[in-house]
Amino acid sequence: MITREEFRTIANNGIWKQNTSIVQILGLCPLLAVTTNAVNGIMLSLATILVMAISNVAVASLRNFIPHEIRIPVFILIVAALVTVVDLLFNANLHELYLVLGIFIPLIVTNCIVLARVEAFAAKNPPLQSTFDGIFMGVGMLWTLALLGAMRELLGSGTLFGGIDMVFPGLRPIQLLPESYPGFLLALLPPGAFILLGCMIAWKNWLDARATARAQRKPPQPAVTAGAH
Amino acid sequence: MTVAPQEFSASGMALRTAAILFVFVIIFTGVLSAAYQWTKPAIEASAAEEKMKLVDEVLPRGDYDNDLLSDTLTLPPTPELGLDEATTLYRARKGGQPVAIVYEAVAPDGYAGKVKLLIALRADGSLAGVRVTQHKETPGLGDYVDPKKDKNKATPWIGQFAGLSLATVTDKGWRVKKDHGRFDYYAGATITPRAVIKAVHKAVKWADPQRDKLFARTGGTQ
Repeated sequence: MITREEFRTIANNGIWKQNTSIVQILGLCPLLAVTTNAVNGIMLSLATILVMAISNVAVASLRNFIPHEIRIPVFILIVAALVTVVDLLFNANLHELYLVLGIFIPLIVTNCIVLARVEAFAAKNPPLQSTFDGIFMGVGMLWTLALLGAMRELLGSGTLFGGIDMVFPGLRPIQLLPESYPGFLLALLPPGAFILLGCMIAWKNWLDARATARAQRKPPQPAVTAGAH
Repeated sequence: MTVAPQEFSASGMALRTAAILFVFVIIFTGVLSAAYQWTKPAIEASAAEEKMKLVDEVLPRGDYDNDLLSDTLTLPPTPELGLDEATTLYRARKGGQPVAIVYEAVAPDGYAGKVKLLIALRADGSLAGVRVTQHKETPGLGDYVDPKKDKNKATPWIGQFAGLSLATVTDKGWRVKKDHGRFDYYAGATITPRAVIKAVHKAVKWADPQRDKLFARTGGTQ
């Protein structure tokens, strides 16, 4: 079972402290290629959440049977096989959703986030904790990619949630800037993604530095510092 | 793992590890092939439906009554269509009479590489419709050749092809207005429409002299 404290640490690590995109800087390739709009970023993250939860729980359940020396090939085998099965099941049973998420699922196999979490967390922790780790690492990726996608989209073409009609046919993208907005191509191209990602990392570091500075200025509170780790 | 080191020699250890890896490979290969076999019929059905959806974009389903996906002709690699591998041409018929053919073409000279097209040509030589099926054109600039990305939803750029034929448009007409042709374009991105227009023109010209063979007018397979 999982304690409240454990759950909070896992959630905090995934969403903020060990955020895959702006702290660990993992999985840059799909990140740069896909986040040309917010919808794509969200969809890639949703697919990643699913794959990470499944592969983490599989590896955590089998962790006692996997010899240490060959763990990496076995992890790759498990992740690749499960992703392919998920891909096939999606294609067969949820075809509409597959058309939207489908192109992202094979991308995830190559994503080092999945292997990194399997190796760093699932191989050492019980299945339940590992499932939550997979989900929250994915949630951390979700908000980062959604924000990055939204900024690139807004700067690049002046819209928000472009392509939402592919997911929910009834909805229309929001035109935030006037139709006459000329567009800013750099934001839509990979260099723009690098620049904005750099800004987000700087923003996160600035917030963390400010929080540390505040904590230092306050009188020390031994009870709190002993509990956190 | 917690195995006492004295129990195994180096080669014994290697053998044991190899055996475990082998067991994992067998298990997950089994899982994969089971999933593949189980999902195969559903995936094939939705792939066919997917193709039909694409065909629907260029040719209305009410115009023909045959099973278009099984009335086909395999085209060898055709340089006139920009194709360097074999593709399939689909024939639409109504009451056994040829209505249209649906075939692929590639514009090799897009701004960012190849632009893949699906073309429907009616038996009278006029275009029923053209769609871009795959491209890498710049988002927000040249990608308006794909009606999903075209800001003008009511009359998308690609709709200009409908109804045109070699009889109604001269060779010089198959160009953008900037090059004194008849096609509109959006300022700032002329390379992509130029490539698409050129490819469609070539594809229509390619089909024209061999229409009897392509439409299988005599003794169809129906």
